[in-house]
Amino acid sequence: MTVANISVSETPLVLYTLRRADDALILGHRLSEWCGHAPMLEEDMALANMGLDLLGQARELYSYAAKVEGRDNDEDKFAYLRDVRQYRNLLLLEQPNGDFARTMVRQFFYATFADLYWRAMMRSSDLTLAAIAAKSEKESAYHVRHSSEWIVRLGDGTEESHRRTQSAIDELWAFTGEMFAVDDSERGLIDARIAVDPAALHPQWLKTVSSVVSEATLALPKSDWMQQGGRSGRHSEHLGHLLSELQSMQRTFPGATW
Amino acid sequence: MVTAVLSDTDLRRRAWEVAAQVVDPEIPVLTIADLGVLRDVRVRDGRVEVAITPTYSGCPAMNMIALEIELALERAGIGRPTIRTVLSPAWTTDWMSEDGRNKLRAYGIAPPQASSSRRALFGEQQVSCPQCGSGNTELLSEFGSTSCKALWRCKACREPFDYFKCH
Repeated sequence: MTVANISVSETPLVLYTLRRADDALILGHRLSEWCGHAPMLEEDMALANMGLDLLGQARELYSYAAKVEGRDNDEDKFAYLRDVRQYRNLLLLEQPNGDFARTMVRQFFYATFADLYWRAMMRSSDLTLAAIAAKSEKESAYHVRHSSEWIVRLGDGTEESHRRTQSAIDELWAFTGEMFAVDDSERGLIDARIAVDPAALHPQWLKTVSSVVSEATLALPKSDWMQQGGRSGRHSEHLGHLLSELQSMQRTFPGATW
Repeated sequence: MVTAVLSDTDLRRRAWEVAAQVVDPEIPVLTIADLGVLRDVRVRDGRVEVAITPTYSGCPAMNMIALEIELALERAGIGRPTIRTVLSPAWTTDWMSEDGRNKLRAYGIAPPQASSSRRALFGEQQVSCPQCGSGNTELLSEFGSTSCKALWRCKACREPFDYFKCH
C-alpha cells in the first residue's frame, strides 16, 4: 500500500517558507544520523543538539507555511507526505555526512550563511518570519562557532585531518552558490521586504569563510562553477534515500501517532 | 459544593499564581516563572489563556510544560486553559530572575552570565564553578545534556558541571 503525496499550493510566500523549512529539516535529519556514532561523546551531544535546534526551526516554519497556505496541510504532512521532487531544500544540506570533516565543512558553510541570513531576516516585514528569525539567529551563532572551531582544529591538525578537510571543502564548494541564488518567485518578496536578498550577504559570508579557512591552513577552490536545483525540486540521489528513512513510519502506518 | 465566582482580575491573578508554580521538567528547581518562559495570563470569556515562549526552537520540554500547566490549572479548579506559544520577543536568559539564578547555582548549575559575548567567534568566557566557586574552569563542550546547557569542568575541584548558556 502506498500513501498519496499531498499537493501544495506554492504561492511565493508558501514556497519561500517551505524552502527554509526543508533546509532546516534535512540538515537536522543529517545531523541526527550521527547520534550514537560521533567520534566522541561531547560531539554526539553537540550534533544532536544542533539537529534539535534545526528541527525546532523547521516545525515553526512548516506550521507557518500551513497557516499561509490555508488548506488542511500541517507540519507533519509537509515533512512526511511530500516526495523528493516536492522538497525545496538546498543541495548542500542533503549531501551525505561522509566523515566527520565533511559533516563539519557542510555545517560550517551553511551555519555561516544561516547566521547572516537570520540576523537580516529579523527585519522582515513579515512578523512571523521575523520572530522565527529572532529565535534562530541565537541558535545559529552557536552553530557557527562550533563548526569554525572544528575547521581550524581539523585543518591545522594532523596531515590526515588536513587532507580530509581540504577534500571536503573541494567536494562541497560547488553547492555553496545555491544559498545566494534568487529566482522570480523570491524577487517579489525581496521587493516587498518580506525576504532579504541573499546576494547581499555573500561578501560577508565569503569574508568569514575565507578567514577561518585560512586560519585552518586550508584553501578555498578557485572554481566558481556552482550546482543548483534543490530550490526547484531537482535533487541529488541522496535525498530519496534520506526521505525513505525519514518517512518510513508514516508511509508504512499512515496517520500513526505516539 | 461551594462555587466561588471570581472576577476576571482575581481569576487571572490566581491562574498566574498556579501556572507560575509549574517547574521545568529538565531543571526541576526552576519554575517557568523563574525562567521567564511564562509570559502572560489572560482571561477571555471566562476562559484562561496562558502564553508561554520556548527557550530554544527545538526544546522538547515545551510540550511537557504546556501539559503541566493544563494539569495544574485543572487541579486548582480553574479549568483547562488555552495554551498559546509566542515567539516574539525571543526568549533570553536576561529574563531569568535573580532568585532563579541562585536556585540554579545551589542545584549545581552555573547560571548564565549577562556579560558573556555570544557573538565572539572564538570568544573566551569566565564561568565560576557552582561547587567550589573557583574561576579556574574550562569549557568541555558548548552543547550539554539539554539545549540550554554547556558542559564545563572545574580545574580546582576537578568536578564537571553544567553551565546555563547565555541566550
